[in-house]
Amino acid sequence: MKILFKGGRVVSPQDNINEIKDIALVDKKIVLNPSNIKYDRTIDCKGCVITCGLIDVHVHFRDPGFEYKEDIYSVAEAAARGGITTIVGMPNVKPAVDNKTVVRYILDKGKETAVNVLTSGSATKGNGGETLAEIGEMMLEGICAVSDDGFPIQDASLMRRVLEYTKNFNLPFMAHSEDKSLTKDAQMNEGYNATLLGLRPWPRQAEELMIARNIMLASLTGCHVHFQHVTTKMGVDLIKLGKKYGIPITAETCPQYFTLTDDACLDYNTNAKCCPPLRTKDDIRAIIKGLKNGIIDIIATDHAPHALEEKELEFQGASFGMVGLETALGLCLEQVYKNKFSLEDIVEKFIVNPAKLIGSKQGAFSTQELGDLIVFDPKVEWTVDVNKFASKSKNSPFDGMTLHGKLKLTVVKGEICFEDA
Amino acid sequence: MGLISKNLIDLKSTPKSDINLIIDTAFTQKEILSRSVKKVPILKGKSVCTMFIENSTRTKNSFETACKILGADVIGFSKTGSSINKGESYKDTLLTLEAMGVDLFIIRHFASGSSDFAAKTVKSKIVNAGDGMHAHPTQALLDMMTLIEHRGSIEGMTVLILGDVYHSRVARSNIWGLNKLGAKVRICAPMTLLPAEINSFPCEVYTDLREAVKGVDAINILRIQLERMNAGYFSSIYEYNRFYGIDTDIFKSVPKDTLILHPGPINRGVEISSAIADGPNSVIVNQVTNGLAIRMAILYLMLQGENR
Repeated sequence: MKILFKGGRVVSPQDNINEIKDIALVDKKIVLNPSNIKYDRTIDCKGCVITCGLIDVHVHFRDPGFEYKEDIYSVAEAAARGGITTIVGMPNVKPAVDNKTVVRYILDKGKETAVNVLTSGSATKGNGGETLAEIGEMMLEGICAVSDDGFPIQDASLMRRVLEYTKNFNLPFMAHSEDKSLTKDAQMNEGYNATLLGLRPWPRQAEELMIARNIMLASLTGCHVHFQHVTTKMGVDLIKLGKKYGIPITAETCPQYFTLTDDACLDYNTNAKCCPPLRTKDDIRAIIKGLKNGIIDIIATDHAPHALEEKELEFQGASFGMVGLETALGLCLEQVYKNKFSLEDIVEKFIVNPAKLIGSKQGAFSTQELGDLIVFDPKVEWTVDVNKFASKSKNSPFDGMTLHGKLKLTVVKGEICFEDA
Repeated sequence: MGLISKNLIDLKSTPKSDINLIIDTAFTQKEILSRSVKKVPILKGKSVCTMFIENSTRTKNSFETACKILGADVIGFSKTGSSINKGESYKDTLLTLEAMGVDLFIIRHFASGSSDFAAKTVKSKIVNAGDGMHAHPTQALLDMMTLIEHRGSIEGMTVLILGDVYHSRVARSNIWGLNKLGAKVRICAPMTLLPAEINSFPCEVYTDLREAVKGVDAINILRIQLERMNAGYFSSIYEYNRFYGIDTDIFKSVPKDTLILHPGPINRGVEISSAIADGPNSVIVNQVTNGLAIRMAILYLMLQGENR
């Protein structure tokens, strides 16, 4: 199969390309300077942008253990429909990803799907936060990172050992930073809205304290700590300080944290309940600024599917999290449309930097083995409709929102796996 | 003339005219309570469910008595021994009872937002009888009725809400209601019991009781739950009483005709001394009677009156 992508703007900083040019897919490989051969198909990409596929380093597969929410097949399909060609699973499934057998299960099942499925491994056995998991065994089996997502390690001494041990196997540590002693029963961001709604408050300091601690422990151990889902202004400032000291840290945020404030929880909207919680306008400004100036390196989704019955509840009974794979690109491009981000920012934060974090070759066309690319029109207006999601779960606070910038086509491993009708 | 609101969820979203109509109607209904035969079956054939998923004695009895006086049929529902304990979801419980023809739900629930949830789930009317830390509108209405009964009007009054504001749905409802009727609201509590950004609400915030009571017309004393002590919100009953208890000592700095309210049940010797609770300024017992009248008024207006 030979496909010519004609007349699109190709943006790939790692290949030093940022211009309108043709590129081709020939025998599953990207050809950056296509020759004048006969193509099976020519796709008109005029007005569109072509990049490597998005790499999402923070996804909850829910498989094994919670397949009623999502499974590896459905999460992969949702990713493809969102322009995300590589997904990294979090270890808080059941059984936990704390041993090589579960790693193998996920990677093997992932190979049956259209996208690149990777996984992190749990830092501790059973995500219990008490004893070290067999990180070396999991490394040999193919994990790309270690994480405590969902079950933040509270004990600083154990965290030190975890980081030393993680560094020992040359893996990055993806940290969910939350001091649980400050968030008992907490439901939403501490502030006016929480008081108004009578919901237990989740103070920003619970996140910032743990970011501070984990920066210190990254300094102590030399392990690369990657801060997941950063949501607050001071969190950004702490990371800036840590980087200034030369401590090996990176950080991510998610589209919801630069799009929504805790106003989204008014009306007790359980789809806006997530962990960490949605914050304030000041935080959004700081997050956007942090992305612009490189303090925050990565955009990821924290795609967290939950079944309807886990959200159609009283707010305090509802599960934390929202799906994100099928809205992330649109939410990023909306910021481009509003001139908050450039296209280059999105490519750097959602392709180049995530690839570096997990050691993937898919962040540049010239290093890709089989071709991963996406084509999107940055100006097309569309409306989010959860009923069209491929994800098994529909828990999105963005349902009904109008966005600018729409995916047209996704190629993974050299094959078209999604094409907008 | 009827209510604008279909449901009574909280006072923030209830128009001032509805608040006035409910209180005015309650004064009329109160007359019924002084009759020897307390029965006006104007709600005959109406089906009311008192859904008390969180325990309550006075509010539940008050609502059920109101239903009985007005002749409505009552389905009682409490968490113990119910389908909720068998793992049925709140949503399914509501849908099941609605299917039995319930015209109006009276809901007490431990989760904030549960009445709002019910209003989105069923077509029946909803009266919030207390949801988590969010709202307890009938309590605030009866508090305001009691103030009006003794002062003629709330306009221009200074009302102090004292105690565990952090956990209190009563405080949250009173702040909105009192402001709508023109009162100046003060809040006083130790900092551990003040919720986030309470300064942004329409009230003055104090931590020093002696400052807070200066020139007040009424003090609404909140119940302090003793289990808050173990959770670190205050150190001891002794110290709480010393700094935030209303007793004859602090009463020396309070205007002579200050009204004392308490939503009950009271902890004598903790947030209020017996001398004050039983003293001439206390209207705590009136509150209970007015509570019945307020609930009769709400049921009458919501089930018999036409929505505007």
